[in-house]
Amino acid sequence: MATDAHHPDTSKLIRLLDAVEGPDAPVTTPPRPAPARGPLGRTSPVPHRDFVEKVAGTLPYADDWGFPGMLHGVVVRARVPCARIASIDVSEAQGVPGVRAVLTAADIPHNAISEEASGLGIEQTVQPVLAGERIRYDGEPVACIAAESMVAAVHAAGLVDVEYEDEDGVFTIDEALADGAPSVHPGGNTYVAYHSAIGDVDAAMARADHIIEGTYQTPRVDHAYLEPESGVGWVDADGVVTLRVSTQVIEHARALAEILKLPHSRVRVIAAYMGGGFGGKEDMTVEPYLAALVWKTRRPVRMVWERQESLLARQKRHPFRMHYRTGVRDDGTIVAQDIKILGDAGAYPLLSSRVLFAGGVNATGPYRCTDARMQSTAIFTNTVPTSAFRGFGAMQVVFGYESQMDLIAQRLGLSREEVRERNFVARGDIRVTGEPIETECGTRECMHRALQELGELSAPTRGGRVGRGFACSMQPYGRSMFFADRASAWIGLEQDGTLVIRAGVTDLGAGQAASLANIAGEILGVTVDRTSVHIGDSHLTPLTGGTFATRQLYMSGNALQKVATLLRDKLAPVACDLLGCTESELEWANNLVGVAGDRARSVTMAELSRTAEARDVMPYVHDTYHAQVGHFDPDTGQGQTYPDYTHGCHAVDVEVDERTGEITILKYVAVHDVGRAIDLQRVEGQIHGAAAQGIGYALSEEMETEGGVLHSTLFANYLIPTALDLPDLTAIGLELYLGKGPFGARGIGEPPIGPCGPALASAVQDAVGVRMHRLPMTPERVLAALHTGRDDSVPGVTREDT
Amino acid sequence: MTATRGHLISISINGRPTEFAVEPNLSLLELLRTDGGSPEVKLGCGEGVCGTCTVLLDGEPVNACLVWAVQADGCEITTVRGLAAEGELHDLQNAFLDHAGSQCGFCTPGMLLTVKWYLDRHPAADREELRHAIAGNLCRCTGYTKILDAIEAYRDLRLKDGDGH
Repeated sequence: MATDAHHPDTSKLIRLLDAVEGPDAPVTTPPRPAPARGPLGRTSPVPHRDFVEKVAGTLPYADDWGFPGMLHGVVVRARVPCARIASIDVSEAQGVPGVRAVLTAADIPHNAISEEASGLGIEQTVQPVLAGERIRYDGEPVACIAAESMVAAVHAAGLVDVEYEDEDGVFTIDEALADGAPSVHPGGNTYVAYHSAIGDVDAAMARADHIIEGTYQTPRVDHAYLEPESGVGWVDADGVVTLRVSTQVIEHARALAEILKLPHSRVRVIAAYMGGGFGGKEDMTVEPYLAALVWKTRRPVRMVWERQESLLARQKRHPFRMHYRTGVRDDGTIVAQDIKILGDAGAYPLLSSRVLFAGGVNATGPYRCTDARMQSTAIFTNTVPTSAFRGFGAMQVVFGYESQMDLIAQRLGLSREEVRERNFVARGDIRVTGEPIETECGTRECMHRALQELGELSAPTRGGRVGRGFACSMQPYGRSMFFADRASAWIGLEQDGTLVIRAGVTDLGAGQAASLANIAGEILGVTVDRTSVHIGDSHLTPLTGGTFATRQLYMSGNALQKVATLLRDKLAPVACDLLGCTESELEWANNLVGVAGDRARSVTMAELSRTAEARDVMPYVHDTYHAQVGHFDPDTGQGQTYPDYTHGCHAVDVEVDERTGEITILKYVAVHDVGRAIDLQRVEGQIHGAAAQGIGYALSEEMETEGGVLHSTLFANYLIPTALDLPDLTAIGLELYLGKGPFGARGIGEPPIGPCGPALASAVQDAVGVRMHRLPMTPERVLAALHTGRDDSVPGVTREDT
Repeated sequence: MTATRGHLISISINGRPTEFAVEPNLSLLELLRTDGGSPEVKLGCGEGVCGTCTVLLDGEPVNACLVWAVQADGCEITTVRGLAAEGELHDLQNAFLDHAGSQCGFCTPGMLLTVKWYLDRHPAADREELRHAIAGNLCRCTGYTKILDAIEAYRDLRLKDGDGH
């Protein structure tokens, strides 16, 4: 689309879309709505195969597949948060019968997980695969073991003798930033600091009628997907180290090759269908340990992390502390924004550079601001590393900017809707990075619809106080434009008219594979049940990039739209010849190609395929979709960031029990502009799931640490929502304004997690008059705030600050 | 199957009695996933909280991770593959398909068994009762709304058909 030379142009649908502006239309054109829902999804009434296998129980996940005689692998983890390793003795562990390998740092050919994650040339601090000198967080891997039985592996793990010399660590961002604080890594505890500004913030602030300040704190949380990190690895007949694992990113094969000092062509990663990921399987999990053990033993090895191990040591969501200072006029118009964000990166960078970037550049939300400034900083601490998690920095700041909007409304005596109405962004408005918003913004419509859908204020059910709240958001989809993102795909028609798709996508359970079949079917008329989608193999499927950043439908969907259209164009002359018609008369539907309006004249896709091949028109296409490319200067903080955004609003009625501080959700509506739904039911599913996860984030989930030690390493005390904790959620995917995905779709995987926290805080305030500044809003915190009349739970903040 | 180690036990899995020689510290979950040939029973937390490994033991739902294999000696185990004949789907499974009650699918086998057990005993259960019934089966993908939609659709179907699918 935008910078992609290819424009599909023959289907009715595409012509319809072209008529209402592509996503790359100039910013000056007036807003035009998306067309009413057309024929999209005609191929989806048949469920894609993976969903059938899932309900049948027959889908082989990463741990449901193995080899005779495979070894069992375990990771040995340090149980101190900050220490120097004096010595490691593995001799006793090696002596356990059945143990085939005990690896420590010295055994890893290139002991570094290295990735330049920022995309902006920011130096990456090296993370060892196995710690050899220092321990920087509780749970850091120090050894890995492969044995003939799980019992032997676990027994040996307990016999790895590591002598630690405890060191002083820093366990909170305040400790990390204190004068003379010990450094987690050489060079101080500030890992990366972004800043952007437009206009003259100080002058605008001086002109403001009011200056409103607020500080907001969000928690460290775990993804808590139900499938543990797992997989099996082996060396295949060609000497290729092959892993079949639960991962969002098969491209890690290259990083694994570097760790093993093997050519990239000698490490292959196959992604099984995942039992959930949410960003937690975006960084590597079991892969480097499996690969090292497989390569050392030349035997198949299986590894599954225990839930407790996963909660202890796999990366979490960044806790953010956000300080907002907003200048407003008497009428509620924002004239200046000054925003400072601190994010706790934990002990290693992983994707912190990108998360804090996303937080910073999205910190003003869906609100216009001509004079704005942001600073966004990642801080190292001796705690479990933080990295990708659904929403990726851009969701934490929703709690900041939406809390701030409510605070403005309260101080100025305006309604919460009115303050937002005055400030909503529109296409063409300039962001803090100096770039314009390129597509229409449907936040206003989403807000109206969500509040309308909620209807009359709910009645109390248990004698508490009822209140209503809502929150809007604008969150990006697609990778930052300076990554020059791309996705490749292959499509081919078999001689019997069935369709084969090859694309390296990984499937989190959201229907990533299914949507490729739907998109191809839309163009070629082949039904989903006659389409085979091969995904997730770094050696055998064209690479699409991983499933993260709400990019997979946008990127691989556009790639599929491109190759399917190219294949149709390639086959069209053959079809015309067979049917005696022109290309514009062709209709592709129900596994036939025919003459539109003349049901008697059609041929099967099988006949078309065989005829094409006989004429040496090979019925397959491989091509690449290129996303919009942009540039960003980290020194000036100006440039292009994200290709596009998804807008939404969640509205909620709650009941607050003033005796216990307990919040009960009575009614919840989530509305997002999805541009164009490829499969509306699956779109709603994403909204439901993200809202549920966001409600857990808002009310009950938190991994509290003390001196670097996590309190919640059991599912029994890390509280994700059960069916009893959630009401029936109403999810609405509006098709308002076209985005940049296939057929104008906007990404929906991450955005619906953003508004939950602030919508609930808004409702609590409406119910009991107290504004919560910290998530999660546990009964204890709400009760404390009810007693004092204000929320004092944000650490390091005095009353005067808020 | 050799009987040279551990205890000889006999378990019927989805109607097929089989003998196993097991160590006393082997969980039913581990047995089912390995020698038991039933990888459709999933490990979620291993601590009896998430309900992912739910199977029916003599018709009652249990967390297979908290049951020793030797405790299941002489028992009937039903896994999700026992709901319908090989190659077919049970009406409850079809309801989950129709209503998108399954996303990543990892909680689905345990969820389906809990629901089947509950509706067999409470065929006219209302939505709130069903919500309580599945409170021990965690799902991180769906937010439960579509799961409850699917369960209600199946409940209505079996009430209408009256043949207790």
